[in-house]
Amino acid sequence: MTLQGWALILGFVAILLALTKPVGAWLFALYEGRRTPLHVVLGPVERGFYKMAGIDPNAQQGWRRYALHMLIFNVALMVFTYAVLRLQFYLPGNPQGLAGLTPHLAFNTAISFTTNTNWQSYGGESTMSNLSQMLGLTIHNFLSAATGIALAFALFRGFAGRETKHLGNFWADVTRITLYLLLPICVVYTLFLIASGVPQTMAGVVNIDTLEGVRQSILLGPVASQEAIKMLGTNGGGFFNANSAHPFENPTALVNFVQMLSIFVIGFGLTWCFGKAVGNTRQGWAILSAMILLFLGGAAVCYWAEAAGNPVLHQLGVAGGNMEGKEVRFGVAASALFAAVTTAASCGAVNAMHDSFTALGGMIPLFNMQLGEVVIGGVGAGIYGFLLFAILAVFVAGLMVGRTPEYVGKKIESREVKLAVLAIAVLPLFVLGMTALSCVTGQGLAGPLNKGPHGFGEILYAFTSAVANNGSAFGGLTAATPWYDGLLGVAMWVGRFFIIVPMLAIAGSLAAKKHVPASAGSFPTTGVLWVGLLVGIVLVLGGLTFLPSLALGPIADHLAMIRGQLF
Amino acid sequence: MANSPTKSLFTAELVLPAIKASFVKLSPRELIRNPVMFVTAVVAALLTVLLVVGHDGLTTGFKLQLVVWLWLTVLFGTFAEALAEGRGKAQAASLRAAKAELTAKRLKGAGHEWENVPASALKIGDVVLVETGDLIPSDGEVVAGVASVNEAAITGESAPVIREAGGDRSAVTAGTRVISDEIRVKVTVNPGQGFLDRMIALVEGAERQKTPNEVALTILLVGLTIIFLIAVGTIPGFASFAGGSIPVAILAALLITLIPTTIAALLSAIGIAGMDRLVRFNVLAKSGRAVEAAGDVDVLLLDKTGTITIGDRQASEFRAVGGSDVDALAEAALMASLADETPEGRSIVVLAREQFKVSVASLPADAEIIPFTAQTRISGVRIGDRLIQKGAVDSILRAHPGVGETAAATQLRRITDEIARAGGTPLAVAENGRLLGAIFLKDVVKAGIRERFGELRRMGIRTVMITGDNPLTAAAIAAEAGVDDFLAQATPEDKLALIRKEQQGGKLVAMCGDGTNDAPALAQADVGVAMNTGTQAAREAGNMVDLDSDPTKLIEVVGLGKQLLMTRGALTTFSVANDVAKYFAIIPAMFVALYPGLGVLNVMGLATPQSAILSAIIFNALIIPLLVPLALKGVAYKPMGAGPLLARNLAVYGLGGLIAPFVGIKIIDLVVGGLGLA
Repeated sequence: MTLQGWALILGFVAILLALTKPVGAWLFALYEGRRTPLHVVLGPVERGFYKMAGIDPNAQQGWRRYALHMLIFNVALMVFTYAVLRLQFYLPGNPQGLAGLTPHLAFNTAISFTTNTNWQSYGGESTMSNLSQMLGLTIHNFLSAATGIALAFALFRGFAGRETKHLGNFWADVTRITLYLLLPICVVYTLFLIASGVPQTMAGVVNIDTLEGVRQSILLGPVASQEAIKMLGTNGGGFFNANSAHPFENPTALVNFVQMLSIFVIGFGLTWCFGKAVGNTRQGWAILSAMILLFLGGAAVCYWAEAAGNPVLHQLGVAGGNMEGKEVRFGVAASALFAAVTTAASCGAVNAMHDSFTALGGMIPLFNMQLGEVVIGGVGAGIYGFLLFAILAVFVAGLMVGRTPEYVGKKIESREVKLAVLAIAVLPLFVLGMTALSCVTGQGLAGPLNKGPHGFGEILYAFTSAVANNGSAFGGLTAATPWYDGLLGVAMWVGRFFIIVPMLAIAGSLAAKKHVPASAGSFPTTGVLWVGLLVGIVLVLGGLTFLPSLALGPIADHLAMIRGQLF
Repeated sequence: MANSPTKSLFTAELVLPAIKASFVKLSPRELIRNPVMFVTAVVAALLTVLLVVGHDGLTTGFKLQLVVWLWLTVLFGTFAEALAEGRGKAQAASLRAAKAELTAKRLKGAGHEWENVPASALKIGDVVLVETGDLIPSDGEVVAGVASVNEAAITGESAPVIREAGGDRSAVTAGTRVISDEIRVKVTVNPGQGFLDRMIALVEGAERQKTPNEVALTILLVGLTIIFLIAVGTIPGFASFAGGSIPVAILAALLITLIPTTIAALLSAIGIAGMDRLVRFNVLAKSGRAVEAAGDVDVLLLDKTGTITIGDRQASEFRAVGGSDVDALAEAALMASLADETPEGRSIVVLAREQFKVSVASLPADAEIIPFTAQTRISGVRIGDRLIQKGAVDSILRAHPGVGETAAATQLRRITDEIARAGGTPLAVAENGRLLGAIFLKDVVKAGIRERFGELRRMGIRTVMITGDNPLTAAAIAAEAGVDDFLAQATPEDKLALIRKEQQGGKLVAMCGDGTNDAPALAQADVGVAMNTGTQAAREAGNMVDLDSDPTKLIEVVGLGKQLLMTRGALTTFSVANDVAKYFAIIPAMFVALYPGLGVLNVMGLATPQSAILSAIIFNALIIPLLVPLALKGVAYKPMGAGPLLARNLAVYGLGGLIAPFVGIKIIDLVVGGLGLA
């Protein structure tokens, strides 16, 4: 571990903290549907969309209607993408003449991008035509991110509402977020990436003769535009199979740093927006503090484990940290930080192979996801997931101070507890259930490359990544099979929508409640104690649920490594 | 709750029936009401079957011990509930005795003719005659007569109370005894729905319904159980990947230690004991919901008289006017008050004698006493040609036209204002139409009440004093008593409006009242405590009845409500925190055969895998009876802000819950090893 490495991690957080309020304020304007400076240019576009689709952006929706419209929108997009992927051979924008995807791969990929997971069972450049990448996939990068943020807005409105049914209008939210937040940033971001050397072209392949006299094909494409939203929308689906480890996706140290910032920046801003929405920005800062503590804890362990390296290799005379599967140009610290960031947020982009991390170093990405992708989390999904934990934390805390629990002015009663538990149980049920199923079936057992705890970890990681809608791959697992494509597809779908629906029901239930002003008797949800309690609840619930699986996976792996046994 | 009666928890008369009842409660129909304990029982039953038919490489002795401890876990839970119920049952038995064999003298028509009928035959609207020595057969309202009634059967207080027709003391309760005079009572409830019936049902816990927070907590516990079922149920799959298998008995042990059995076993006992504490405190809550609401109260409306100040005003000063001598004033005030038997009158006599050494012992024989009437609002005495009068300042001035313009009157008015501003009530004294001065009647704020309000403030509760006084006086008393706000010259409508206003702002309001005109406000308040001495209307409107009719008790009720919730929260936290240590006991024991490296997780250094598993399950079972006293008594509660309170409870039950099982399991492991059990 080096001072430089720690400076990188802390500097990273400091810059994000500085960006939190401005980004949060911008988000808050969109949350309220207020005019922004961009309305001069984009206002007519926005109104044009509404007119075309026959939508009244001011028509308020209750939670059921909001949920229904969100589901219709997402199912429609998923079916559209499935069709594009299956038919890509017959469609234009396919300079390489790539064949259509198999049904299970198209199914898996369509769900993957609809759910903001971007799990890639396919090898990007060698499977997807340019049109598929742009129309089938990049469109989801925007709209699944916008959906996530819109859902967070709906939940905020639930907390902020006073005896109302209204949670806003789904179509207006998605349109505004896409137009005034995601697109403008991506335009600037894409230009920055192009300037840094990321390709942006419709040409498919460049053929060159190398110095050795060999003819080599170098794949190009509209990389920069996909790269920008891949990070900003915590999507993570790379243009190339190697993702952000590929020099065309992630050419310089500066780009690497900016990519990490862009994964977190909206998540940070949303916490501020939440505080503002409920009338006390300290509520937002408290949530953010808890998230940052969880993040820094994970990043520190990961960095420490990777910097410590592998004792078996040390004995063989290979000094230093664990460099297996890492880009030499990034090194240990930037790779460990990237891994912690991409799994804390449900991005899933990778700049190193997590499978090649040390056992403990690789456990952090896994555990980050097992906490429910709430440490910053995916755009929107992170904060609404975290607020579900906050509901449980405040329930226990409320009882302990002898009052019916209340959070930001809303009483938390049996309906909220029931729905929160329902949503939180989705992750363990499907992660552990599907992993166990894959451990006892022939098709499941055919997947992992390795044996013993490491092989088990590969399966566990895949399902964790899918249900948590992260999309990062541990590697090592052969996932492009009907078994894994199918099961992971289902995992991604339930991991997204089985949480969203109860979450929206909570929003509806909260909105209908009276606002209870805080008094000295109500437990303050802004202080150090609350932050500690949040961290504790997230860790205890996540830890207690996944400890047996971790013990048989990375922990056994690590202990074996210490004893000199590698898998 | 220092002055609540305490009783030993574990006396033979309570424990023995509870042991018996704990087996009766094993019936599935009873158990299903507590899902976590139901799961435990199902697992215990499953293992019992496997004990006979299973072949899994575990010794029968080990499995037998597991089965025994699993059943004990269930039994400890049912025992806790039975013990809590038993305490109420003893009380119900004595109430039943009061109710047994009540007969009524039902009046026929308006005359004095009556017939003897059993109390169970009485209907709403019947009028019964109750004579000296009779038990009142039904709840009702006195429609004629006045009587002193011994209500010890209900309140435990043997001093008789007055019940009379009209006014605020007209309600009578079945099972209480008239000890003098006779009254006619109009029946207000149908058989089986009276106060006594409700009280019996309540203390027995028969009508107990889960309160909203209890329901929410049960859902959380069920959720945790489901999550742990998933966590444990998937282990065989994981183990098969590692090329091994885990015996069902071990998985069952892990499951039971992880699911929140501790809090689940004690949950209903906590609820029953909470209601029971309230009953012991002589407060009767009509529902558990009301008790929980008491813990949430934000605003407390308190009547000034009797709650904040002692009921009677005390003379504290004489203020002479118009050049008259203060000693002369004291003497005149004494003479005018000698025949005045009100506490205020007596306090004037005491003040004159003690501070001004007026040595008149009694009125001369020829003195003519002028009694107080509501019309004149003046009382006094005529001795020979001396006419001494005392009364409200306005009344005295009105009684002597012309005096109002004198300098003495101006001076008197100024003094009147001063006294009002100081929170007192002035009485003017005049002799033969000449103003002598004013008596300062002081409202005496109860000792220690200021501290109580300070406590309430720390608990986050705002107190509002309700008084009929003018705003000036009210402000002074409010300042002296330390209440946060006051409502002066309050009418019943004002009270109702105030409650509605607070509720619209999202506040929960508690109040107490006794009169019929309090009934709407009592019904509107979230927590309405009716005084037992009050009218039937008030008792129906409130959701609690204070049998001692002590308005300050509202403060304790709030504490009890909070304590109830805190006990649940604290034990939930404790229960979940325990799981960490249990994992460290069982995970290495379970997996060490698959991956020997996992042995390092055995941080407690437990002797063998079997001993580790057994120790965890024994700890899990034994912690339940160990916590029964805490569940029944409730966690200690001191009024303080929510932040420090949470910090304290988290430290005790969270951190304590984390550490305690590490120590406990290690000790049990040593014992198990020492006895050679595993």
